[in-house]
Amino acid sequence: MTEFIHHIPALIIVIPLLWGFATPLIGRLSKKGMYAWVVTALAITEALTIAQIYLVLTQGTQVYVMGGATYNTTIPPDSGGIPVRIILTVDAFSAFMAFTAATVTLAGGIYSITSEEGTSGESMYYTLLLLMLSGMLGMVMTGDLFNFFVFLEINSLASAGLIAYRVGKGISVEAAFKYAIISSVGALIYLFGVGILYGEYDALNLAMVASRMQFTGLDKVVMALFTVALAMKAGSVPLHYWVPDAYGKAPGAISAILVTASQASLYALFRVCFSLFGLGSNTLTTGWFLISLGLLSMFVGVTMALIQTDIKRLMAYHAISQTGYMLLGVGVGLATLGTAAFSQYGLQAMEGGIFHIINHAMYKGLLFLTAGAVIYRLGTSDLNKMGGLAHNMKYTTVFFMIGALSIAGIPPFNGFASKLMIYESTYLFNPILSIIAIVVSVLTLASFVKVFHSAFMGPKLYDVKEVPKAMLVGMAILTSLIILFGLFPNIAIQYLVGPAAKALANQAAYISSVMGGA
Amino acid sequence: MLGNLPYITVVIVAGIGIYAMMWKRNLIKVVIGVSLLESAVNLFLVSLGYRAGGVAPIYTNAPSTKMVLPTPQALTLTSIVIGVAVDALLLSFCVVIYRHYGTLDPRKVRRLRG
Amino acid sequence: MKMSKIVRTQSGFLYPFILIFGLYIVIHGHLTPGGGFQGGAVIATGFALVVVAYEYKDVRKWITANRLSLAEVTGLLAFIITAYLGLGSTFFRNWLANSGSIFGSRVPPGINPGNLNTGGVLPVMNLAVGLEVLGGLGVIIVYMLNYLKRGEESAG
Repeated sequence: MTEFIHHIPALIIVIPLLWGFATPLIGRLSKKGMYAWVVTALAITEALTIAQIYLVLTQGTQVYVMGGATYNTTIPPDSGGIPVRIILTVDAFSAFMAFTAATVTLAGGIYSITSEEGTSGESMYYTLLLLMLSGMLGMVMTGDLFNFFVFLEINSLASAGLIAYRVGKGISVEAAFKYAIISSVGALIYLFGVGILYGEYDALNLAMVASRMQFTGLDKVVMALFTVALAMKAGSVPLHYWVPDAYGKAPGAISAILVTASQASLYALFRVCFSLFGLGSNTLTTGWFLISLGLLSMFVGVTMALIQTDIKRLMAYHAISQTGYMLLGVGVGLATLGTAAFSQYGLQAMEGGIFHIINHAMYKGLLFLTAGAVIYRLGTSDLNKMGGLAHNMKYTTVFFMIGALSIAGIPPFNGFASKLMIYESTYLFNPILSIIAIVVSVLTLASFVKVFHSAFMGPKLYDVKEVPKAMLVGMAILTSLIILFGLFPNIAIQYLVGPAAKALANQAAYISSVMGGA
Repeated sequence: MLGNLPYITVVIVAGIGIYAMMWKRNLIKVVIGVSLLESAVNLFLVSLGYRAGGVAPIYTNAPSTKMVLPTPQALTLTSIVIGVAVDALLLSFCVVIYRHYGTLDPRKVRRLRG
Repeated sequence: MKMSKIVRTQSGFLYPFILIFGLYIVIHGHLTPGGGFQGGAVIATGFALVVVAYEYKDVRKWITANRLSLAEVTGLLAFIITAYLGLGSTFFRNWLANSGSIFGSRVPPGINPGNLNTGGVLPVMNLAVGLEVLGGLGVIIVYMLNYLKRGEESAG
């Protein structure tokens, strides 16, 4: 049994795969059985990600060699000192991202049981959902550059299929077409960069390439390719135009999970900047590049959100804006990496940015689920046609309020905790950045006050019932985590965020976990 | 110069693909552009692994043991398989879009605004 | 629409050879170029040939989307379960190689004539992938032709 815990990293990825492939077969037999089957898979994955966090905290970075003689022979004796197989490298940051992805997917999966009930091809929906989860988990846990591309494509294809799931007279398919084009082009740009790195260093393992990294002119090209591809997939501003379409037209649960899928690309962007290029590159320039992407995303996202009248499009623009906070926080960390300022405020900025990842996944997931609930009952996503929902949909109203207050950074919810860390640390780095971040936060609040007012307040316009229980359970899971992280941010920082930020900043530890003590 | 010919081809094919994606006014042609870009990247990966005079890295009845690198070929194969899936998905989206909109002109397929 | 009698006879004649060729590519995947994906694609072209030569409504009794997707799911499950069986040491471990049982002969180093009974789980996985790909591509062909048929009906 003690031996078995080392298989956890592989099991986290492949349990959704096995369960997902079997879902169509189960779906032929019984529908109830299929729901139970899918929820079991999601729950097992969630439990394993929590176990993995414990494993990483107690035993340090975990490696897992796919098909190796044992799980940790990263460099077989007859390979000449080169890691040849596909290696999963799970440090605290990967474990943290895996937990985020699994939690939101669990909530979204339970929510879908009623929200997608009775649609044709339901078993395919759950197969794709589990494939998408597997792709996300693979993206955040793999330690191999090419393997990342494979998981990226698994995730993108499954996501595109799910965005188009409700055909919606072709509009959803149009959004999915856009998303699929952007994803495949982004992935191909990434693959081009991987090819250049392979040609230069004869290796695909991230740690191996990092240990041989010389930062030539060609590597700068690679860095540009990776940054463009991954920032595009993460939905950062100059390349954000697919985000409102894809998030806005997907089913509610899928919009929530797409947020974490974008964050998996964001994870890869950070991983490439810190663990692949690291201190050898000009971290000040790259850091400022991430900061400026973040500022643009924050500002453009929120200003575009203010003028939207479609509830999910509005939330999608806020998702872009919140991605800016993560880029800002981690960008400040990257810009100060290796200097004295890093321990003063750089690490705190990184912690703020990373904490914001999980917070954003929770509250934006919750907001998309409440928007899905409103659309489920009203059949429209137009804010001008809504009103008075607080009279009948009491729980949904409460959940929406918690999500909205959290995204606006109001205490005691979790958005406040991470935003405060970002404000404090960026103020020491450059006061203007901090002021812009606060202004964007105020605009976010204004925008959500508008939504709350037009959708939930006012006279009773529709005679609707509260949404079914399964949808409420999905929302409640995310709400409880929001309140938990909001009330006890120090616990989250001590066990989840702090180790993640330190693991991300420590390139040498990442390399030595695969390459041995050298 | 002759050794660089594959890389020049990569640039040309990728350029045609990007041109088709950006400026062609038919969604099928956009999909062809994506497919061309895939081919360019695949060609790039395969040419990376070429060693002058090498044979295919298969030991069954091989004429010599001087072989080209197998890893880029494995990568290319994986990338081709993924490319087939992407193309199939995009083309089926085109079919659905045509059924609902009656056109494949991207200027007319524009109900998402804002 | 139905093709001419020459085409139909020829496709009926060619069809078993395409299947055999595809199966050959699948089974020899660990020795020669090819493998599960390529072989499965060849078999799927065999289906496509029959569907194109005859009318779809003549063949849909035995080439159904239901059966093909069943083949796809079975292939996927067989692949992933084979990978799971390696969990004794690690996931994806080649637990059949050099075991002496089926596909378990030892491979001589260097250039050799090739022995089909080697490769461990690789041939098993190739068969699984072959089944999956012929199912998957077959489903795509059938669905696309379905759309074509509906388009013709609405056109007149």
